[in-house]
Amino acid sequence: MQARGLVKRYGGREALKGVDLATSPGELVAVIGPNGAGKTTLLSILAGIVKPDDGDVSVPQEEVGWVPQQAALYRRLTVEENLLLFARLEKSGDPRGAVEEMLELTSLSERRGEVVARLSGGNQQRINIAIGLLAQPSVLLLDEPSVGLDPRQRARLWKFVSALAEERGTTVIFSTHDIQEAERYGRRLLVLADGEPLFDGSADELRDAVRREAAEAAESDFETAFVAFLHHRGH
Amino acid sequence: MRWLLLKDLQILRRSPLQTTLLVVWPLLIAVLLGFAISRSPEKPRVAFLNEVPTDTAVTVGTTQLPHVGINDRICERVECVHVKSRAEAEDEVRSGDVLAALILPADLVDRINSLSTPLPRTPKVEVIVNEEDPVKARLVNDRIDALLTQANLAIARRISVEGGKFLGLVLDGGSFSVLGQTIRILGLQRSSQILDELRPLVPTGQRPELNRVVRFTGLARDNLGTAVPLLNRLAQPVAVDKQVIDASTPPLEVFAVAVATTFALAFVTLLLVAGALALEREENAYPRLARGLVSRTGLLTEKVALGVIVGLLVTLLMLAGLAPFVPLHWGRAGLWLLAIVFGGVGFGAAGAALGAGAREVRAVTLLAFMAILPIAFLSLVPSGAVGPGLYDAIRVVAALFPFKPALQAIEGALDPSGPSIAPALLHLALLTIAYGLLARLALRRFASV
Repeated sequence: MQARGLVKRYGGREALKGVDLATSPGELVAVIGPNGAGKTTLLSILAGIVKPDDGDVSVPQEEVGWVPQQAALYRRLTVEENLLLFARLEKSGDPRGAVEEMLELTSLSERRGEVVARLSGGNQQRINIAIGLLAQPSVLLLDEPSVGLDPRQRARLWKFVSALAEERGTTVIFSTHDIQEAERYGRRLLVLADGEPLFDGSADELRDAVRREAAEAAESDFETAFVAFLHHRGH
Repeated sequence: MRWLLLKDLQILRRSPLQTTLLVVWPLLIAVLLGFAISRSPEKPRVAFLNEVPTDTAVTVGTTQLPHVGINDRICERVECVHVKSRAEAEDEVRSGDVLAALILPADLVDRINSLSTPLPRTPKVEVIVNEEDPVKARLVNDRIDALLTQANLAIARRISVEGGKFLGLVLDGGSFSVLGQTIRILGLQRSSQILDELRPLVPTGQRPELNRVVRFTGLARDNLGTAVPLLNRLAQPVAVDKQVIDASTPPLEVFAVAVATTFALAFVTLLLVAGALALEREENAYPRLARGLVSRTGLLTEKVALGVIVGLLVTLLMLAGLAPFVPLHWGRAGLWLLAIVFGGVGFGAAGAALGAGAREVRAVTLLAFMAILPIAFLSLVPSGAVGPGLYDAIRVVAALFPFKPALQAIEGALDPSGPSIAPALLHLALLTIAYGLLARLALRRFASV
């Protein structure tokens, strides 16, 4: 996936100010930044939901799987019915086969007949992600995927997502507020603040940048170091 | 699109309360309406107490009129509930079992008879009503007024008939009996003849006086002759010559069925389409669908199709429920379908415009109720019921919503003697396009995340 010079304006406010992003297969990219940084806007543009005012994205839509922050599921349908509906809408060649594969992948085969509304938030999020994977996309976009999940559910979610990247070669781009989570699971971090790209690199490279620009926070935990970095950059 | 439709039907099926309501509600309305139309009393129920002694009769002068039959005449026009006392009459009215109580007091006939005496007393009947609400009060007053007008008319006619007989006796002669004695009346005509025969026998000097008497009898005969038809007309001097201008008015039961069906179609279709569309947003599914899985027009079409399918089923169920009570022309079922489908599409498009403008199902449900009820009631306001300016404004408002054209189409389809439904269908088609465009525009905002 390649995105070049993405600009998005809402009225007089610039939500994105020329963001570039290029990814490789199997990469896990964390998009981090404070509230209003433009994380959701960036993912929405990459997903093809929002059109940029400037710049372009070079990836076919059908190769991008999108998982919105809030589970986009029909709560009165069962797990299987939700998956089957979206598999059919995705015009999957073998909808039932795709459903079976996703049920296995999410370890929800035994709960296939349960109405989604009765599932925990973590399981709902797994189905939400599974729907994003139905079309077997080469790029998966996850908008704040761990919000509302307890630590155990989060651990299971990231194990699942990491396996997608490592075993299937799916490029995963996720946004998060949780800096520790980004450090732990993101192989690459894209830092945004007020729509402006501040940093693009690994967690270690971000620490190096902190050492150079905000030496007083270099030995602090990653979150403190990150806040110091933002502060030093005027955000 | 069909998978989304299937999904919406699955969701509908998952809500037992909703599904039960969709089936039971039209059937319940149909049965209630059917009973109201077919079993409603054509005659109002009135408690009736006649205290007039059975051996009294109305007299004119010294002549007793034949029995007028007030009891029978009143009970022809109302359903008489005979009571034995005033207390019982009051209880019946208070309980609501009867619309009113009518009491003919014991001195009613005496008072009528006193009208032809030097000391007339006004005849009075007593009416007991329960004016618990203004509409009922007006209805009762109208019914009682009409009833008394009919009774007065019956008495006046009887008196005019008897009066005419007396005039006939004065004119043509004859006999009548008073107190068991038969009295013979010569009559003006015979009097005039006798005087003519006597004229040659009267001395010439007295003939001018005799001629004056003969002329008077002739004038009296001629003028009293014209009084007889006048007396007949006196009971009902003004006759009504009704000319029907708009002959397309359907029978009342057809109109009632059309109104009930249109209401059911409007509520089911509009609420369902608006709710189903808002649900896509509430479940956060719309952005996912709009990523190329379904086009916006496809999504709107699917929701309208859902509303039309369910609306059609509900209204057909309702018509089937009404069939035992109201004679429906099943040969016109094709036209019913056409009218219901066009109406459903119109309501569906309006529902889509509402649903696309709201974020939550609850909000859009409230909005739909707020839209349907006043506009449906405005659509039922007949011309002449309000001022001309206000009526024009109501017509414009009603024309902007599918209720009135849908009602006209369904009414026309149900009534074999009704007007063509084509103009109403065209109206609905235009409204569908307009609301469809509005919904399409509103969906653009939907996509924002």
